[in-house]
Amino acid sequence: MLAWILPRRYLLRRRIALLAMVSVGLCVFIVVVVMTVMNGLVENFREKNHRFAGDCVIGTDSLVGFAYYEDLLERLAAAPVVEAVSPVVRGYGLLSRPGSQQNYGTEIMGVDPVRHSRATGFGATLHYHRDHPAEVFVPAYAPDQPGCVIGIDRMWWTRERDGTYQHADQPPPMELTISTFPLTAKGALARADLDAVLTESFYYSDDSHSGLVKVDGNVIYLPLERAQRLFGMAGTTGEAPRISAIHLRFKRGVGLREGTRAVQRLWEAFTADYRDRPLAHLFDTVRVEDWITNRRGTIAPMQKEQTMLILLFLMLGVITVFIIFVVFTMIIGHKSRDIGILKGVGVSSLGVARVFLVFALLVGLIGAGVGAAVGCLFITRINAFEGWLYARFHWELWNRQVYAIGRIPDQIEWPVIGLIAAAAVAACLIGALVPTLQAARRRPVEILQVAQV
Amino acid sequence: MSKILSARKLFKTYRLGAARIEVLKGVDLAVEAGQFVAVVGASGSGKSTLLHLLGALDRPDSGQVFFEGRPVEGFSAARLNRFRNRSVGFVFQFYHLLDELTVLENTLVPAMAATGVVGWLRSRGAQTARARALLGRLGLGDRLRHKPYQLSGGERQRVAIARALMNAPPLLLADEPTGNLDSETGRGILEALEALNRDGQTIVMVTHDERIAGRAHRVVRLVDGVIAAT
Repeated sequence: MLAWILPRRYLLRRRIALLAMVSVGLCVFIVVVVMTVMNGLVENFREKNHRFAGDCVIGTDSLVGFAYYEDLLERLAAAPVVEAVSPVVRGYGLLSRPGSQQNYGTEIMGVDPVRHSRATGFGATLHYHRDHPAEVFVPAYAPDQPGCVIGIDRMWWTRERDGTYQHADQPPPMELTISTFPLTAKGALARADLDAVLTESFYYSDDSHSGLVKVDGNVIYLPLERAQRLFGMAGTTGEAPRISAIHLRFKRGVGLREGTRAVQRLWEAFTADYRDRPLAHLFDTVRVEDWITNRRGTIAPMQKEQTMLILLFLMLGVITVFIIFVVFTMIIGHKSRDIGILKGVGVSSLGVARVFLVFALLVGLIGAGVGAAVGCLFITRINAFEGWLYARFHWELWNRQVYAIGRIPDQIEWPVIGLIAAAAVAACLIGALVPTLQAARRRPVEILQVAQV
Repeated sequence: MSKILSARKLFKTYRLGAARIEVLKGVDLAVEAGQFVAVVGASGSGKSTLLHLLGALDRPDSGQVFFEGRPVEGFSAARLNRFRNRSVGFVFQFYHLLDELTVLENTLVPAMAATGVVGWLRSRGAQTARARALLGRLGLGDRLRHKPYQLSGGERQRVAIARALMNAPPLLLADEPTGNLDSETGRGILEALEALNRDGQTIVMVTHDERIAGRAHRVVRLVDGVIAAT
């Protein structure tokens, strides 16, 4: 019974117990806020990458691509795990505006907008054609001209402070010139005998905002067939037409590993059937990857940052343990007379230990509870708070004109909060354990004699 | 009368840096049930050490303490805790009350220590009634909710006596119970102990004050770690 009464009284009477609770609460608050924001950023970033790639990608880094894809597309579309497929052409070119001396190196993606929107989240990244991607390459101001979709950060207009972009009601007329170097299936310049560079004009018809800096700042989307022609993949020179990748979406309920394995088997069967064809050697560089593997070069650095952050907060946990250790060493030092009294009236060593461990548990529970509650409250209001800071002091966490971050993540993940709070309580118990056990082992007479002196 | 407590050839040495201080050098003592024994001696003669050994708060280097004929040395840790909880009650010179608890709660500490949560919830009513009765008898009936810092020295010592008697131990050990009090208050404490003894409580009291010792049935003199006269 003493193990319930005494800890509560210590908690109310000892100012140092309040300090211990405050330090635990502060640690929990900081970890909750930073982990929630960081987890939100990483999760958000992963989701954007997932939307960009679809569930699975059959693709090659080679600029030459691979051939015979029409049959592969049919086989994939008939597969029970596949919901949608989208052939994609990828390459690099120079972008310029007529009359301007400036040009920019850019990545070009040739897509069928409808198929690509079914297989990936492409349709949702568009501004003017969000719900009807079929017309995305038809400029409203020049319906007969070929359109192009520009990554929003490749645009020449500025971004608002809150991360939004200025848009007119209709896409403004803008002609863009794209120059490429078409390649043969062997990787040689396809137009070596002519002018090696192929230049075509396109008209701005929409922009794409994927939320991925490298994509929004570098990529220009063109109609699939035109991109094939720009890169020498259209099959006009007697070779079979080629593409760079196929993006796939799995049917609902199909697991990533299960779906990717099924596609891998389909790919192996397809390459076996086509191994005697003239361009079969192009299959060697093609990989079948789920979206996580396909985008790992982009996701991994951020996950590495998150891991480093977790390690840093583990150190904060160690500091919490040390703070509690110091606090409890002080408290038990002050309370050594009580230990002598308790042992003098027959309380066992375990009973004495229980008093101080329950005390540590209460410090941990209250500190972690308050810290987590304040942390959650802060998180849910973090965007309003940042807005207020900007309005009052012109201070913001991220400059939205620079970073591809809109709102600060404010989604509370209860399992993470629970884990942090539980870790804080465990840290309190660990920190209190050594001084508690030392106190419990002491003989009553040594304590009472010292107290008497 | 039956022998409740006895000590045979008790030796106890303390280390003070490199020096060894022999405090007890072969003490023999026997206490009958119902006796009021005063142990007197000069400061540093080993009175308090003897009391700690008799109450099993400390262990002798050699020799044995017997309680109701059984050697305390042979007690297991659990039995030793039970012995301290139920068989002896301690009263210290500096009261040693728990500052965070009220007078009533301080008195109930041995009862709470004797049982778990469920046992305590079952016996709480009876135990509280006993604690109230003890405190009432010692003149603290109107101080139940007070904290130790709100009491005078004499009142604190009365709370310590009530606590020592809470589990009705057959033996009460008092270490200079009046040593920290003025003579008037000390006299009151002594009268309370005498009243308890008249009701059959065995008491062993350590004091350096000959006048206080004179109120006991029997006086044991400790000189240089041995009993000089009894």
